[in-house]
Amino acid sequence: MALLEIDNLSLSFGGLRAISDLDIEVNESEIVSVIGPNGAGKSSVFNVISGIYEPTDGDIRLGGESIVGKRPFRIARMGIARTFQSLRLFQNMTVKENVKTATYGNTKASPPESILRLPRARREEREVDALATEVLSFFGERLAGYRWDQPAYSLSYANRRRLEIARALATRPRLLMLDEPAAGMNPKETHEITELIARLRDELSLAILVIEHDMHVVEGISDRVVALDHGVKITEGSFEQVATHPAVIEAYLGRDPEELAQA
Amino acid sequence: MRVSVKREPPDAEADPTVEEGAAGRGSIGVDSWVAQSSDRRDVGTGWRRVLARADARIGWWPRLALVTILGLAFAQLSTNVNIQTVAFNSLLYALLAMGLNIAVGWSGLLDLGYIASFGFGAYGYAIFSSTALGTDGVGGSHLPAIESILIVVAAAGVVGAVLGLIALRVSGDYFAIVTLFLGQAFFEVANNVDTGTFGGVNGLFGLDPLHSFGVTVTTPLGYYYLALGMCVLVAAVLHLLDTSRTGRAWRALNDDQLAASAMTLSVSKLKVMAYAFATMVGALAGTLFAAQQDNVFPTNFTSNILILIYACLVLGGVGSIAGAILGGIVVTVAENMLGSPTDAAYLFYGLIIIALIAKVRPWRRLGWVVAGVIAFGYAMHAIVGAIAPSATAGHPGSPGWIGSALKGYVIVPSNPQNFGNALYLALIVGLVAIVRLRGIKQLIAVIITIYVAACCWEGRLIVNPAITTQIMLGAILIVTMAARPYGLLGKHRVETI
Repeated sequence: MALLEIDNLSLSFGGLRAISDLDIEVNESEIVSVIGPNGAGKSSVFNVISGIYEPTDGDIRLGGESIVGKRPFRIARMGIARTFQSLRLFQNMTVKENVKTATYGNTKASPPESILRLPRARREEREVDALATEVLSFFGERLAGYRWDQPAYSLSYANRRRLEIARALATRPRLLMLDEPAAGMNPKETHEITELIARLRDELSLAILVIEHDMHVVEGISDRVVALDHGVKITEGSFEQVATHPAVIEAYLGRDPEELAQA
Repeated sequence: MRVSVKREPPDAEADPTVEEGAAGRGSIGVDSWVAQSSDRRDVGTGWRRVLARADARIGWWPRLALVTILGLAFAQLSTNVNIQTVAFNSLLYALLAMGLNIAVGWSGLLDLGYIASFGFGAYGYAIFSSTALGTDGVGGSHLPAIESILIVVAAAGVVGAVLGLIALRVSGDYFAIVTLFLGQAFFEVANNVDTGTFGGVNGLFGLDPLHSFGVTVTTPLGYYYLALGMCVLVAAVLHLLDTSRTGRAWRALNDDQLAASAMTLSVSKLKVMAYAFATMVGALAGTLFAAQQDNVFPTNFTSNILILIYACLVLGGVGSIAGAILGGIVVTVAENMLGSPTDAAYLFYGLIIIALIAKVRPWRRLGWVVAGVIAFGYAMHAIVGAIAPSATAGHPGSPGWIGSALKGYVIVPSNPQNFGNALYLALIVGLVAIVRLRGIKQLIAVIITIYVAACCWEGRLIVNPAITTQIMLGAILIVTMAARPYGLLGKHRVETI
């Protein structure tokens, strides 16, 4: 059984169908990329999975349990973490606080326990600190120690993307959803992020669902690729299969005018 | 599920993301060099550098201890009852501002009904410490303060949570409007209930002084100590909360609610919690207020007081505990000084001198400005006096030596009312001119405006302390916010749109 099962999913805004009868599966330790032209419904899929939108029809299961109708923080606590295409960090908090905040769902100390610094609060705080250090050290020099006490708004664009991933990791997810992780990065940084995503799968055994426009990244990391257009799945398979599929080429480039004339 | 650390942090040398050659931390232009620029920046010279260095090193509790010692030392210095009362009020507002900071500063909930929590605490204490509920009934028992305070604060937490659940069904500006209604509703209810039991428009009076464990607090100094103790306690509790998972979660809500909910934060529950905590601190301040004042009236809890609490928080720095305390002290002291003509004159001229010293550089230019102000004033006085002797017939409004010293300097007609109004308009024009002009023209504008301000102050403003207090408080707030947009102790913030 796959970790994430999206079954016959549909989403409509009024009369507009953003997603139609979509099926996607993601297995443990597998990277699945979702590609498609702008407006294909990729981000809508993420928003439905993370509970921001409720699907019109269909089912989404994590480890066999349906998550449809649950509120976003419940879904996050069940083990689905995500990053945002338009960066949504806690800008006025420090880098380390951003990461620590995401452990909220996995910690239990009540305000009185925290105020009195009772054993459970102290132990959790130690664990949270260690987890934050561990998660941030995944990014090596890029998010090195001297940055941890700087406010998030002072980071560069690429570092904000990295911090979003670090923050998502701190929720201890089973499934990680990355919305355009390489957007706005230079080729060197893009290469780094590609390697990082592969490491997350290999070292943390994470299932990862990625939306990405950079085909080098998609080629580099994907175990499987799903191509969407107009909210419909066109095809699915290895990168080579999908990249050469006529329907995908058509979705990106349109049809050959001569061919169109003959049809 | 518990957080546990299973894996070792990856070895930095085996880490593929480490750039070769990036190890040279000192080299100019490298990432880390840029990031450390704030450490290299000159923080000033002499005592400013020493202060800045000390500020970076000292932890939170030595600071709090230092402030406590200063507070205790202050009480030893002053035997003046009025000063002790002002000091008590400063700490009361500091307490209120700290409570408001939980909702407004940390969680980003614009709570415009906060005054109701203050009133709830005051009325709660009043009911348990008077004959409000009958001479022999629950209230007739005249509970010891420690019991009534605990009951009232706990009840405030419950009421805050319930109201929070209702009010937080809407967010943003709509939440502000709903809470504004709640605050107003409290005043209307307190003002219109049956005068027999809850006082209604007559208020509740003849309350017990604060008494517990065989000790009764009756003197202003006693209440000052009590307020100091509560402030220190609340500041410590709030700091510990701020650095815990709950405090982090609240601040995350302020920055981005959608991201917070995607990061496992239960947004609604956290908001209700923040609202309840703010209500509890407000109610605690209320009990202290009622005990010290010995009575409560509905008019103690109008939106005027709410605006003053907001002024404390904004002036001190939204989001900062130390800022809330400093704001409470500055606003209360300024307000009280403005109530007395002599002190108001000191404050008024003192602020002008401080502003000149802080803003006009180098010293030579400052000397020119001062000389200009003096010369311009005497010249104007001589000219106007020669043309129309009645125009300089009035006496400056400031009492004591300031008034005498300015006698031959400022123009005060025998009937300063209309002339003062015109000067007030001229003063506003002058202030705009200072902001808009540059160079020598600006200096001339400064000279003329200071003289106009002095004339306006002596002839018009100081004789109406009630109005002047509001204008001056507003002016102080505007000037401070212009100089420090994030308040005296606030940190730079960016807002996500």
